[in-house]
Amino acid sequence: MRLIVRRLALYALTAWVAITVNFLLPHFMPGNPIQTMIGKLTGQVTAQEINAIRLSFGGGLNQSLISQYFTYIGQLAHGNLGVSITLSAPVSSIVSTAIPWTIGLIGISTIISFFVGTVCGALLGWTRGSRLDSFIPTATFFQAIPYFFLATVMLLVFASNLHWFPVLGAYSQNLQPGWHWAFVASLLRYAELPVISIVLGSVAGWMLGMRNMMITMVAEDFVLMAIAMGLPKRKVIMAAARNAVLPSIANLSLAIGLVVSGALLVELVFNYPGVGDLLLNAVQSQDYPLIQGIFLVITLTVLGANLLADLVYLWLDPRTRTEVAQ
Amino acid sequence: MRKLRVPRSPKVILGLIILGFFGLLMIFGPYLAPYSPDNTSFAPLLTPSAHHWFGTTSLGQDIFSQTLVGARATMVVALVAGLAATMLSMIVGISAGYIGGITDDGLSLTSNVFLALPGLPLLIVIDSYLPVNSRSNSLVIGLIIALTGWAWGARVLRAQTMSLRNRDFVESARIIGEKRIRIMLSEVAPNLLPILASSFLFTILYSIGAYVTLAYIGLTSTSVWNWGTMLFWAQANNAPLSGEWYWFVPPGICIALVGTSLALLNFGIDEFINPRLRAGGLSGRQRRRLGLPRRQRLGLTSVNRTASRTPRLSPTTSNSVSP
Repeated sequence: MRLIVRRLALYALTAWVAITVNFLLPHFMPGNPIQTMIGKLTGQVTAQEINAIRLSFGGGLNQSLISQYFTYIGQLAHGNLGVSITLSAPVSSIVSTAIPWTIGLIGISTIISFFVGTVCGALLGWTRGSRLDSFIPTATFFQAIPYFFLATVMLLVFASNLHWFPVLGAYSQNLQPGWHWAFVASLLRYAELPVISIVLGSVAGWMLGMRNMMITMVAEDFVLMAIAMGLPKRKVIMAAARNAVLPSIANLSLAIGLVVSGALLVELVFNYPGVGDLLLNAVQSQDYPLIQGIFLVITLTVLGANLLADLVYLWLDPRTRTEVAQ
Repeated sequence: MRKLRVPRSPKVILGLIILGFFGLLMIFGPYLAPYSPDNTSFAPLLTPSAHHWFGTTSLGQDIFSQTLVGARATMVVALVAGLAATMLSMIVGISAGYIGGITDDGLSLTSNVFLALPGLPLLIVIDSYLPVNSRSNSLVIGLIIALTGWAWGARVLRAQTMSLRNRDFVESARIIGEKRIRIMLSEVAPNLLPILASSFLFTILYSIGAYVTLAYIGLTSTSVWNWGTMLFWAQANNAPLSGEWYWFVPPGICIALVGTSLALLNFGIDEFINPRLRAGGLSGRQRRRLGLPRRQRLGLTSVNRTASRTPRLSPTTSNSVSP
C-alpha cells in the first residue's frame, strides 16, 4: 500500500508541476505572447470571448502573479481550459471528443507491441548466439526511425500505392457513426495501418530489453536446475521468462510517455482525429489555449497510465508486496 | 589507469563507421553541397538523376544539397542537447547517489517528476512560445531538448553510484580525508564511464528524434536547413501521397542510419558492461576459433577468457527503454 501512496504522491506532484509550468510559460516567455494574441483577436471576436480567454490564462494582467495563479487553478478546478481561438469552442469539449481516439489507438498499439516484443525477445534471448541474432541490427534500425517517418513510408507504400489499406481518417465517410457492425468494422480497418506503424516503431525496444534480461536469466542456477530436472523445454522457457519480464513491466510506465510522444505524430500522418492531430493543427495556427489544454490533458492521461502500469507491476511481483508488509 | 577494452564486434565497427561518416558530413557537408539548398532555379520535382542525385523539390531546390547542408544543424543540436543533458544527469545522479539523505530525496524526486512528464508535449508547449529568432538558434533548442531528456541518465547513474559508494576504494579515499567533490569526480565518476557513455549515446538518439520532430511540425525556424525541415516541406506539399518518395526518403534514411549507429555502439557498451551478453553475441565462426562448442549449451554461458578480464559493473543497463 505504501508503494502505491508514494507513486500517487509523485504523480500528484508531477501534475502540479505540469500545471504550474503551463501557467508560467505564457507569462515569462519573451515577447508577451498573451497580449499579442489578444491584440490580434480584438475586433474579430466578442468582448465576452476575449474575457474567457483572459480568464483561462489567469485573468487581467494588472493583477499580481499570485492572484492570477489562483484564478487559473480555480478555472482548472471547474474544468475550464479556456476557449480555442481558431475553433471558437471550449477547449475541454474539443479535447474530450478527440481523446478517446488517441487512447484507443495508443492503448491497443502499446499492448500488442509489448506482448509481441516480449515473446520475441524471450525467444531471441533463449536462442542467443544462433542465426536469429542477425535479426538484431534490423530491429535496431526500426527502433531508430522516427515513428512519423515510418508511418509516412507505410502510408505511401501500403495505402497509396498497393491499396491494401484505406488512406486517411479513422472511419469511412459514407457510414453513420454508431455502434453497428459496419461502422465498427470500418473503425478497425482504418486503425490497422496506424497501429502497425506504432507497433513497428516501438516493438524493438521491448524485444531488445527482454532479450538482454533473458540472457542474464538463462545463466541463473534455477534454470540449470530446471533443465537438470528434465522439465520440458517450454516450461523452462516460461520459468525464465517470467522472471525476465519484470524489468520490462517496471519500465512500462516510463515507456508510455515515449510511445505517446511518437504516436501523436502518427495521428498527424494518417489524419487520425485524435489529440495529436489536434495539437499539431493548434501549433500551426498558434492557438495557445488549445495547445496548453491539450498538453495538460495528455500529461494527466499519461500519469494515469503510469499508475495503471505500476499497479500491474505490484500485482505481478510478490517481492514488492512483502516489502510493503514490513 | 586501466585501459578500456571496447569489444570489437562487427556491430560496434559498423556503428563506428556509420557514425564517423555522418560526423564528417556534419563538418564538411555544407562545403560538399553542389548547390545552395535555397537555390530555386532548377525545374520542380525532378526525379533523381546524375545532375540531382536526390531530385528536386516542388520549388526546384536540390534535395541532395539540402540533405548535406541539413546534416550540420541536425547533428549540432543533437550534440549540444546530448552534452548538456549528460552533464546535468551526471551532476544530479552522482550527487544524489553519493551524498544521500535529503539531497538524494530532493534530486530523485526532481528526476522522477521529469521522467513522468511526457517529453514531446512539453517540448511542443515550450517551443510554441519561443520567439522566432530563438527558434533558429541551435543552442537554445538544444538546451530545451536537454531539459526534457536528462532524467533517465540521472536515475541510472544514481543507482550505480549508490552501489559504488561503500566499496573499499571509496571508503579509503574518505578515510584519507579526500574532499567530497574530489571523491565524486576522481573515484566514483571514472567507474561510471561505461554507463555515462551509454546514457550519452541514448540522449543523442533522443535529441535527434526530438529535434527532427519539432522541425517536422514546423516549430523550428524554416530558414535553418535540417532533416526535419526537409520532411516538413515534403509533408506540407503532400509529397508522400503524390508519390514523390525521393523528397522525404533521403532525410528519413539519414536519421534512421544515425540512430542505428548510436544503438549499435550501445550494444558494444552493453556487452562491455555485461560479459554474458558478449558471449551471446559471438558468431559461429568466432566460437569455433575460440574452441567453444558450436551451440550454446543451456544454462552454461561460454565466456571468452581473453576478452572478459574487465570487471563486471552491473547486470542490466538501460537498453529496454528507447526514445
